[in-house]
Amino acid sequence: MQRLDELEAQSIYIFREAYANIDPMGMLWSLGKDSNVMVWLAKKAFGGHVPFPVIHVDTGKKFREMYEFRDTYAQYWNLNLLVWDCPPIEEVDPTLPHAARSAARKTEGLKRCIQQKGFRGIVAGIRRDEQATRAKERVFSPRDESGQWDFRDQPLEFWDQFKTEFPPDVHVRIHPLLHWTEVDIWRYVQREKIPIVPLYFAKNGKRYRSLGDQDITNPIDSNATTLEEIIAELEATKAPERAGRAMDHEAEDAFERLRSAGYM
Amino acid sequence: MSLGHANAPWIARELAKLVVVGHVDHGKSTLIGRLLYDTESLPEGKFEELKATSERRGMPLEWSFVLDAFQAERDQAVTIDTTQIWFKTAKRDYVIIDAPGHKEFLKNMVTGAANADTALLTVDAREGVREQTRRHGYLLHIIGVKQVAVAVNKIDLVDYAEDRFNDVAREVTQYLHDIGVEPSFIVPVSARDGDNIARRSAYTPWYEGTTLLEALDSFRVTTLPVDQPLRFPVQDVYKFDERRLIAGRVESGILRAGDTLLFSPSNKTAIVRSIEAWNQSPQPVEARAGESVAITLEEQLFLERGEIASHAENPPRLTTVFKGRVFWFGNEPLTAGKTLEMKLTTNRARVTVQAIESVIDTDNLSHRPSDEVHRNEVAEVILGHPSVEDAAVLGVEDPEWGERVCALVVLCDGDEVDIEGYCSERLAGYKRPRTVVSVDEIPRTPSGTVEKDAARDIFG
Repeated sequence: MQRLDELEAQSIYIFREAYANIDPMGMLWSLGKDSNVMVWLAKKAFGGHVPFPVIHVDTGKKFREMYEFRDTYAQYWNLNLLVWDCPPIEEVDPTLPHAARSAARKTEGLKRCIQQKGFRGIVAGIRRDEQATRAKERVFSPRDESGQWDFRDQPLEFWDQFKTEFPPDVHVRIHPLLHWTEVDIWRYVQREKIPIVPLYFAKNGKRYRSLGDQDITNPIDSNATTLEEIIAELEATKAPERAGRAMDHEAEDAFERLRSAGYM
Repeated sequence: MSLGHANAPWIARELAKLVVVGHVDHGKSTLIGRLLYDTESLPEGKFEELKATSERRGMPLEWSFVLDAFQAERDQAVTIDTTQIWFKTAKRDYVIIDAPGHKEFLKNMVTGAANADTALLTVDAREGVREQTRRHGYLLHIIGVKQVAVAVNKIDLVDYAEDRFNDVAREVTQYLHDIGVEPSFIVPVSARDGDNIARRSAYTPWYEGTTLLEALDSFRVTTLPVDQPLRFPVQDVYKFDERRLIAGRVESGILRAGDTLLFSPSNKTAIVRSIEAWNQSPQPVEARAGESVAITLEEQLFLERGEIASHAENPPRLTTVFKGRVFWFGNEPLTAGKTLEMKLTTNRARVTVQAIESVIDTDNLSHRPSDEVHRNEVAEVILGHPSVEDAAVLGVEDPEWGERVCALVVLCDGDEVDIEGYCSERLAGYKRPRTVVSVDEIPRTPSGTVEKDAARDIFG
């Protein structure tokens, strides 16, 4: 079986397991390429439908192109879209450095959304190869009431048996893309012709490899204007995907603290 | 993962899943860090970051920091959880499922090992085989990882001595052999300095084998069981539009449109009308092992998650009792009589532990029987046989053994049954009845209990 077919089959399996065992469920849609792959995989899993809400946790500071994409595709893909506005930055932990503080708005926003809407399961598109602490995640990962992640005591997960029963105050994060790499995502986008935000393609010698808030995301130097060129560029480079994400570099443990506190 | 130029057709390189195990402090994490460095698989900036972090902490460069993403782990210098790291050789891509060496993190280790194609067992050349070496070796065996390479590490600390290497190699091979694992390679290495990892070492001229990377490259990647009988567990049934979709993943074999499927345990049959794949035209006509699919059936059956579809010529066996080897992770001890929930693909069932035959000591692989012979269990096992109408088990005085377990059975008309054989498949040696006598009727008291004197007389 081709590598992408294997990854696709496993992700579909994960989506279906989640849907069969966890209710109510929601899926985070960040409008990035990984997120769009997730919507695509959900459609493959459920006969062309996405039978649960798709949540955009909105900081209000995304690029204009992303909002346009969202509004167009929510309709075209017939998604049950829930837009949740994040709390203002003043309500967030002031000891965090600036970029991390912006990210923490998202954490707080997501936490409130889960609490108020009562979601028991949230599908998120994180991958192991993105960031060192994400590498230790599980496919089905419990979060307690405050959204905390206890990385020291994680459920067993093998032979594709996932832990799906949790106490009432716990919700679970489901990660169908956990085993995909950045290149896998791009290859799949290419193969399936999945629509993505145009910011990923170079303009004036720059393009975005990763899409965070406007004020904390930096583009990279590139002339790649097609998927083939982006993929070739990626395969030649060793720079980590999130190199342009200021929040990851501010302090050694900033990202880890973010994750423990419930960030994706 | 690189192919050279932008427009080259993408051929999936093979991906091998590797788990690295061994006793704590025998150098697993260092070995992994070294593998990444030697294959130029470290992300840009990582080596510099490692150097900077080590300097900031006033320590020599630790290769194992590559894996220790957690703050806590850096402080403790102990790996807590599994992670996944990629590296590549000219031949293929690898993903390492790192596994810790600490006893209390065994459950995380099992999670990592359970998905691996191959295993790398690290043993310290000075210390040789230790408790965790054995335990991990045994776990690999029961999980079913068959391809194992052994790295005898820290060979520099024993002055690259051939004798010492051979002693350790022999010790490891012996243990692995006893549990049915044959290591394919045993390589003397120094993870810290890189000897025999990617390049042959000048300090071990007596060693004629391959480097560690060559050894890993020679292993096979497990393939999907397409040639086995069809097993299609039902994950769910959807009705989001006019179609009724039976969704699941083909675990083995091939499923085709037009096939007649047998669903177990409900025992219903139906013909596959179509295989429905979204965004694909024309629709596929077959689904092979490993593929997640949705099908529609000609007949409108009531089907639930948990059923398994197969072809009638090769159905799964149905049973209510079976013997198994269990690795127990629970916080409470496992005892006979305990009721558990068992998951088998998408099915769940309540099961009761009928008996614990023995506990296996992973240090020396001996079987330790439990203290009592539970005669009720023996009787129950015998009654489990379809041709046995009634059975009684009792202890009969024996000059040699003190007491021996004997059984009386009443068989169905005309049936001949090998009760001893049946029992020996299901019971530990000390429980098996030494004598089995077939009778027309078991002597019982009016209240139904076995009339012991009359029963013993039968055995003489």
